[in-house]
Amino acid sequence: MSNIPAELKYAKSHEWVKDNGDGTFTVGITDHAQEALGDLVFVETPEVGDHFSAGDDFAVVESVKAASDVYAPISGEVVEANEALADAPETVNDSPYEDGWIAIVKADDASETDALLDAAGYEASLED
Amino acid sequence: MSAPARTPLYNAHVAAGGKLVDFAGWEMPVHYGSQVEEHHAVRQASGMFDVSHMTVVDLRGADVRAFLQQLVANDVSKLKAAGKALYTCMLDEQGGVIDDLIIYFMSEDWFRLVVNAATREKDMAWITAQAEGRDLSVTERPELGMIAVQGPEARGKVHGLVSGALAAEAAELKPFSAASEGELFIGRTGYTGEDGYEIILPAADAEGFWNQLVEAGVRPCGLGARDTLRLEAGMNLYGSDMDETTSPLESGLAWTVAMQDDRDFNGRAALQAQKDAGVPRKMVGLVLEGRGVLRGHQKIIVDDQEVGEVTSGTWSPSLEQSIALARVASSTGEQVNVQIRNKQVPARVVKYPFVRNGKPLI
Repeated sequence: MSNIPAELKYAKSHEWVKDNGDGTFTVGITDHAQEALGDLVFVETPEVGDHFSAGDDFAVVESVKAASDVYAPISGEVVEANEALADAPETVNDSPYEDGWIAIVKADDASETDALLDAAGYEASLED
Repeated sequence: MSAPARTPLYNAHVAAGGKLVDFAGWEMPVHYGSQVEEHHAVRQASGMFDVSHMTVVDLRGADVRAFLQQLVANDVSKLKAAGKALYTCMLDEQGGVIDDLIIYFMSEDWFRLVVNAATREKDMAWITAQAEGRDLSVTERPELGMIAVQGPEARGKVHGLVSGALAAEAAELKPFSAASEGELFIGRTGYTGEDGYEIILPAADAEGFWNQLVEAGVRPCGLGARDTLRLEAGMNLYGSDMDETTSPLESGLAWTVAMQDDRDFNGRAALQAQKDAGVPRKMVGLVLEGRGVLRGHQKIIVDDQEVGEVTSGTWSPSLEQSIALARVASSTGEQVNVQIRNKQVPARVVKYPFVRNGKPLI
């Protein structure tokens, strides 16, 4: 059973979003996603200043066997990327909701997060 | 699409928590928890793979040796002692690779082929058509299972589980040769770059033997580890590194083509023409120098010109960096760029294998 913190919002495509309360949102991939991917060996984070629309290719996480796209769960500009993942991609496996965050985004429209799933909704989506 | 087939070890995979995927129409384990740990088990101790999905074909009859001299690009006259094995390709008239296979010399009127699962139907159709009018029978052996036990400790583990006589015979085997006792067949071959055996046995005995190996400490390994191990070992994968559109000469397999005498094998004229004109492409190893992971079909760029593509790429658990096999223009030098998404990432061209017998070679 994977860990799905109640305080986060989720995209069906297995990204999580944390409201930092200042118009910025931290984005990562869920415990379920890291588990399904297996040992990660490379993470390509977005660059600070890049702008994404919700649903755009945002980052890439690669396990030994395959590369998987991470999609932007909300629209906005990247204000910080987790540079530590360059040398320690396995952090995403070890700590998907804390040290394994991927980037911080300044939202174009914070109300976009209303369209995301809550923890119960994401858990239900895993059972589909 | 029919439901995927199951090997005699299906229940063992489920019981061991194997993550099963459809591979060439077979329900096969890709890993049992950690592909990377399985990889290291084979390099450092012992691991085993269910390869029962591969196709065992027995050819029997007076004409078999002559038939094989036409069917495959390597020369079966190298097979002199019973049990000896030969790696080779089966070519079409254009010199394209229909499949790669191992041929075991069982006796003068009995040779055993092991061909790929993904190419089974095509191979059987080709072999049967080629055998038309010859004094020989072509018999698939689906009632046999196959287990590859690989790693520095693998052979010792197997010796403890078979009869004393067979264990003694196996212990004396040179690489690329086999011993058997009834339907239990032990070949000192593999697809990992480590010592070990590929064992063919009655399907009904496979699960019991597998479980005995587990008890002896041999780690079950999935197709994921099998792929990273074979790639580090510089061994081609049919369908990725070569197929009907490539000749063995441009697939790093010239060493499996015997053209010293005038033996007339399928595809020979096309290979000769390619040699005479100059083989246009070559297989090379790549080690990624920038960040990322090499993957099949990424383009190779030199001076803004596309010179080829990655045929198989991965992150190498043994070397902890990304490696690949790539087919490039024969003139390609020692430094290239690889197009990874929107970036060109530098890579070094190296001779492969990358790893053999637990040791890095690059």
